[in-house]
Amino acid sequence: MKQDFSELRLDRVTRRFAGVGGKAFNALDELTITIKRGEFIALLGPSGCGKSTALNCIAGLLPLSGGTIQLDDLRIDTLPPESRGFGMVFQNYALFPHMSVERNIGFGLRMRGVSAAETTMRVANALKLVQLTGQEHKLPGQLSGGQQQRVAIARAIVIEPPLVLMDEPLSNLDAKLRIETRAEIRRIHHELGRATIYVTHDQDEALSLADRIVVMKDGVVQQIDRPQQIYAQPANLHVARFMGYRNVIEMDVEGATGDCVELRDRGIRLSGVAMQAPPGARAMVAMRPEEIVVGEGPQGRNTLAVRVETVEYGGRDSLVGVVTATGARLFLRTAQSAAPGDALSIHVPAERALVYAPTPA
Amino acid sequence: MNTQTSALARAPFDRTLLLAAPATLFMVALFIYPFLYGLWLSFEPAKGDWLANYHKFFTADNLWPTIWTTLKLALPATLINVGIALPIAFRMRVKSRYQRLITTVLVVPITLGTVLIADGMLTYFGPKGWLAHLLELLPFYEGPIRLTHNYWGVLISLVISGFPFAFLLILSYITGIDPVLARAASTLGASPAAQFRHIYLPLLAPGLAMCFCLAFVQAYSVFPSAVLLGAPAGPTRVISLAAYEAAFEQYDYSLASAIAMIMGFVQLIIVAIVLGLRGLFYRGPVVGGKG
Repeated sequence: MKQDFSELRLDRVTRRFAGVGGKAFNALDELTITIKRGEFIALLGPSGCGKSTALNCIAGLLPLSGGTIQLDDLRIDTLPPESRGFGMVFQNYALFPHMSVERNIGFGLRMRGVSAAETTMRVANALKLVQLTGQEHKLPGQLSGGQQQRVAIARAIVIEPPLVLMDEPLSNLDAKLRIETRAEIRRIHHELGRATIYVTHDQDEALSLADRIVVMKDGVVQQIDRPQQIYAQPANLHVARFMGYRNVIEMDVEGATGDCVELRDRGIRLSGVAMQAPPGARAMVAMRPEEIVVGEGPQGRNTLAVRVETVEYGGRDSLVGVVTATGARLFLRTAQSAAPGDALSIHVPAERALVYAPTPA
Repeated sequence: MNTQTSALARAPFDRTLLLAAPATLFMVALFIYPFLYGLWLSFEPAKGDWLANYHKFFTADNLWPTIWTTLKLALPATLINVGIALPIAFRMRVKSRYQRLITTVLVVPITLGTVLIADGMLTYFGPKGWLAHLLELLPFYEGPIRLTHNYWGVLISLVISGFPFAFLLILSYITGIDPVLARAASTLGASPAAQFRHIYLPLLAPGLAMCFCLAFVQAYSVFPSAVLLGAPAGPTRVISLAAYEAAFEQYDYSLASAIAMIMGFVQLIIVAIVLGLRGLFYRGPVVGGKG
């Protein structure tokens, strides 16, 4: 078992399952990525996108149907999980119910034959790291969900693994605890200085934690990039929709100059930025509710006349649902007050109207 | 505090409790009354003082050794049943194509009566049975091995009839343990053997103790196979046989009741010991966190 490493290489890692009627489907289709020491990687996607499958393949809990995994020059995809030595945090914690907090955390060390004295010392350090000192003799059943989660994290990191794998570790916690524990996870990742692979379906978690995000859908990688890129420049319509580009309308392409595309749908004209190879006659334009502004654009460009249909008050601002003259429904966030029936002018900056091919690959 | 207790005292009678009445009546009529009647009867011997039956049991050479004779059959049979059922049930814990088939095959004997099993064993294991014929083909086979009409015949029959029961019980305990615990252990470096030893075994221990108790009580009351497959005059003169003889050959119901009481007491002691040991183990839920 390696303690340290410089990179983990996944090469066309594939996992097939027998589907309905004996038809095999790829739960994970040719995932290729190289993860460097110190990196925090988030696997992001809706449920069933293959992100947990990918994590289980890396941990060794699922055999691969194809591809290889290498830790530096060591091929590990053929090793059983106990020989890989990665720390894993499970969604429902998977704490051993019959062992005290102390024995849960020390389990991996005992399995490695670490001496009792050293185990005690390292367990105490891990308890301090997750701020659970004083709880060592309790059984998991006597702890709150948040405390159990921290025991699970301590148990995975006390063995000082080259790689920590986390499978939606925060999904069972309430909103406040989730944000606190998120910061803890980031801090622990920095203190360990190794690599973390983190599975989540929550964009906020992925954006705030990760150095790089892998967006997946139906087992296929859609985009691997820095959070800023994923947020502002989604590679395709799937990623855009998943990252909160809620307004998607299909329009005719009038012309394109460089990246700039002119679109038209009956009376509406918009210009946007092409995110994919120059589209054909039809294209989809995607916009965030946060980036649509009330009022006319410069020289009246990219401006739409709309009628307010719904208003959802959200504290700092409201989510306003509007309908264009052509019947397209859009959502925008605004701090201005609006009431159903109001007529408004709205506009979106051309660089924030992203243009995609109509049927994304 | 006072108001609370008085409120409780005035709480209306819960009429749903009446639903338990038929079952209670049934228990009283078919279990508690016969048991108390037998207990009382055992202290009413045909002759002598009220303890005469118990005195007789512990002094007569053909009575008190039946306790050990029966224990010598029941304890090994129970240990074998639990001991074999555990690894097989462990292998069967994950759903596979063969799981259903193997489980069915293993459970079939539970549907056969002890007499049917005895009959089959007499033909198969007997001196002229298939097993003996097969063994004769082996070069080093020396004389006829005897597997019927002795201790071994009864033991084998107890294993055949008791195994499915132990297997089903342990299987249900094992499948109740969240498999993600073993996976978590494997990521922490536990080999399959270590996963069994550190995760499954401690979580199963209370269930195994329970299974042992139930299987033991069943084996200790062995009767038909001890007569049909054993040597009822000697090595397999079990305690229930002694009670049967007292009741239906000597017509001494009082002595028979005393023997039945002693039999129950021995079972109770073993069960108490095993359940006492169970207290040493963890007995909480067997899942690893909120799911």
